[in-house]
Amino acid sequence: MNFSMFLQHFTNALGLGSMYGLIAIGYTMVYGILRLINFAHGDIFMLGAYFVFFATIQYKIPWALGLVIAVLGATACGLLVDRIAYRPLRDAPRISALISAIGVSFFIENASIVAFTGVPRNVIQPKLLMEPFALGTVRLIPLSLMVPVISFVLAAGLLWVIYRTKQGLAMRSISHDIETTRLMGVSVDKTIALTFAIGSALAAVAGIMWALRYPKVEPLMGMMPGFKAFIAAVFGGVGSVAGAMLGGLSLGFIEIMSVAFFPKLSGYRDAFAFVLLIVILLVKPTGLLGEKLEDKI
Amino acid sequence: MRKVILGVLICMFACGAAFAADDVIRIGFFNSLTGQNAFGGQLELEGVQLAMKEIPEIIGKKVELVIVDNKSDKVESANAVTRLIENDKVSAIIGSYGSSLTMAGSEVAEVGRVPLLTTSSTNPLVTQDKKFTFRACFIDPQQGAGAATYAIRTLGYKKAALLVDVANDYSVGLAAFFRNSFVKLGGEIVSDMRYNSGDQDFTAQLTEIISKEPDVVLLPAYFAEGAIILKQARELGAKFRFMGGDAMDNPEMVTLAGEAIEGFIYTGFAYAPDMPDMNPVAAKFTELWKKEYPGKETNANAALGYDCYMMYVDAITRAGSADPEKIRDALEATKDLPTVTGVTTLDADHNPQKDIGILEIKDGKKTFVGTVVPEM
Repeated sequence: MNFSMFLQHFTNALGLGSMYGLIAIGYTMVYGILRLINFAHGDIFMLGAYFVFFATIQYKIPWALGLVIAVLGATACGLLVDRIAYRPLRDAPRISALISAIGVSFFIENASIVAFTGVPRNVIQPKLLMEPFALGTVRLIPLSLMVPVISFVLAAGLLWVIYRTKQGLAMRSISHDIETTRLMGVSVDKTIALTFAIGSALAAVAGIMWALRYPKVEPLMGMMPGFKAFIAAVFGGVGSVAGAMLGGLSLGFIEIMSVAFFPKLSGYRDAFAFVLLIVILLVKPTGLLGEKLEDKI
Repeated sequence: MRKVILGVLICMFACGAAFAADDVIRIGFFNSLTGQNAFGGQLELEGVQLAMKEIPEIIGKKVELVIVDNKSDKVESANAVTRLIENDKVSAIIGSYGSSLTMAGSEVAEVGRVPLLTTSSTNPLVTQDKKFTFRACFIDPQQGAGAATYAIRTLGYKKAALLVDVANDYSVGLAAFFRNSFVKLGGEIVSDMRYNSGDQDFTAQLTEIISKEPDVVLLPAYFAEGAIILKQARELGAKFRFMGGDAMDNPEMVTLAGEAIEGFIYTGFAYAPDMPDMNPVAAKFTELWKKEYPGKETNANAALGYDCYMMYVDAITRAGSADPEKIRDALEATKDLPTVTGVTTLDADHNPQKDIGILEIKDGKKTFVGTVVPEM
C-alpha cells in the first residue's frame, strides 16, 4: 500500500469512525446518567432520518428548516418513549427497564415498517455537501469532513452541559444516587426527561448525517449502526462522552484498516472489530476511558 | 361448564374454517413485502395478482391467494412456509425473491410435501436434489457466465474485480460463476473483495479495488446496497465500469443511485417492457399490466410472478386436482409452456433454460441491449 492510498483509507476511517462516535455519545450519556442501555437509541436515530426525509422530500421544506423539524420531532419521540416506557419503571429493578427498552425498540421498528413501509427511500443529498473534490491524491466529499467536526462540536457541547451547567450537575448527581438527589429538591423526572431529550436530539443529528452519507432510509436502518455505536460506547468506557467518541473512532479505524491491510480478509471486517473489542475488554474491563463504575457520566 | 362448551365451539369453528371450503384452491405466496428485498417482492406479488385476475378459476375452483411476508429474513421465511402449510393448508406455494430466503422456505415445503415454485431465486442449490422445489427463472451459472461472456466478447475487457456480499448465497454464487467463466475466456481477476449484508460503508473495499485498476467490477449485490456502492465508488473517483446481476433490476434503482448508475450493465431475465421482438405472452402481459397499474413501470420480477402463477395454472389443469403431490408431478412435467420470459421446459433439476438478457442504464433509463448465450 502506498502513502496516498493510506491517506484515502485514513479519511474514510475518520468519516466512518466519527459517525459511530456521534451515535455513541447519545447512547453513553443516557447510560451514564440512568444506568439504562437505551436500545431505542438506534430507532430514534432512524426516526430522525425519516423525519428529514419526509420534511425535505415529501413536503419540500427547505433543508435548514427540515433539519430543525427532524431534530425536534425525534426529541419529542424520545421524550414520549421515556414518559411511556421508562418513567413508570424508574423504581423497578434495572432488568425490567432493560426489557422495556428492548420492547420499545422492536415496537418502533415494526410500527415504522407499517407506517413508512419497508421500502428503502432515497434521500436527496444537497449538492453542496456531496460534490467530490481532490485534496492531493485523496478524494473527499465535503460531508465527510463535516461529520467529524459536528461530532466533536456536539461532544464538546455535551461535556459543557454536563460539567458546567446546573442541569448537568443535577444529571451527575442522579447518576450517583437518585433518591438523595430527589431529597435535595431536584426535579428528577424533569432532569431525566432533559437527558432523554438531549440524547434523542443527538441520535437525530446522527441519523440525519447517516442518511446524507449513505443516502437511503429504511425502518431497520438504526439496528446495525445502533449496535455498533453501543459497542463503541462500551469500547471507550460506557458512560464517558470522550470515551464514546474515542471508541467510535477506534471502531471506524479498525474496520477500515483491517480491510486496507488485509484485503483478502475483507469479509471478516466486523469479526476483526469485535475480536479486538473482546481483547480490549479482557485487558481493561471498563473500556478505554472507563473509570470506576461510580464516577461515570 | 360454560367454558368447555365455549372451547368446543371455538374448536369447531376453527376446524370448520380450515376444512370447509373444498371448492377453493389455496395458493400460498411468501415473499419479501418489507425489508431490504421489498421492491422485488412487491412486484412479484403484483405479477401474481395480475395473473390471478386473468385466470381466477382453475378446474372449476376459485383460487385463493394466501399472502405472507417473510420480511427479507431467513427465519421469517421458514415460519411463513410453515404457516402456509400447517395453518392455511395450501395446495401450492409461490416465492420468494432471494435465494437464501427461498432455501429457508423450501426446507419446510420439502418436509410438508407441498410444491414450491420460486419466482426469481437463481442460486443452483435452491432446486438441487429437491423433490418439491421448482423455479421459473434461469440459474446463476448461466447468468454469471453470461455477464463474463458479454464483458470479454462484446466489451473487450481483460481485468475484472469482484465485490461480493459474503452473507448472501446469491452474491457468492454469481461471483464464483463469473470468475470461472471470465478466467476461462482469458480474463484476469485482479481483486476479490467482500462485505456483509447490511453494511453501509464500502469505502475501504472500494479504495482497494480502485488501486488495482480493473476494467470492470462485478457487483452481484441487491439493488439497495448496490446503489450505495455505486455512489460511494463515484465519490472516490472510480472510472471503471460496474456490472451486476438480476437483483439490481429495479425501477427504484436509478432514483437511489442517481447519476452514479450511468453506464451500469447487468444481466437479467429476458423481459423488459421496452424490449424489441416481444413474444406474444410478453406482449399480452405488458398490455395487461398497463391497464391494471397505469403509471407504474413493470419489470422482470413482476413478469416472473405472472409466469409462476401461469405455470401452476398449467400444472393444476393437467393434474386435474388440487392435491399437492399431484400438482408436483404435473409441474415436474412442464414442457414447452409459452411464458413471458421465454418458453418454459423444466429439466431434471427443475430448472428452465432461458436466454440471458443484457441491460444497461443509459441517460438514467434502463435499456434492453440484447440477449447473450453464456459460454460456460
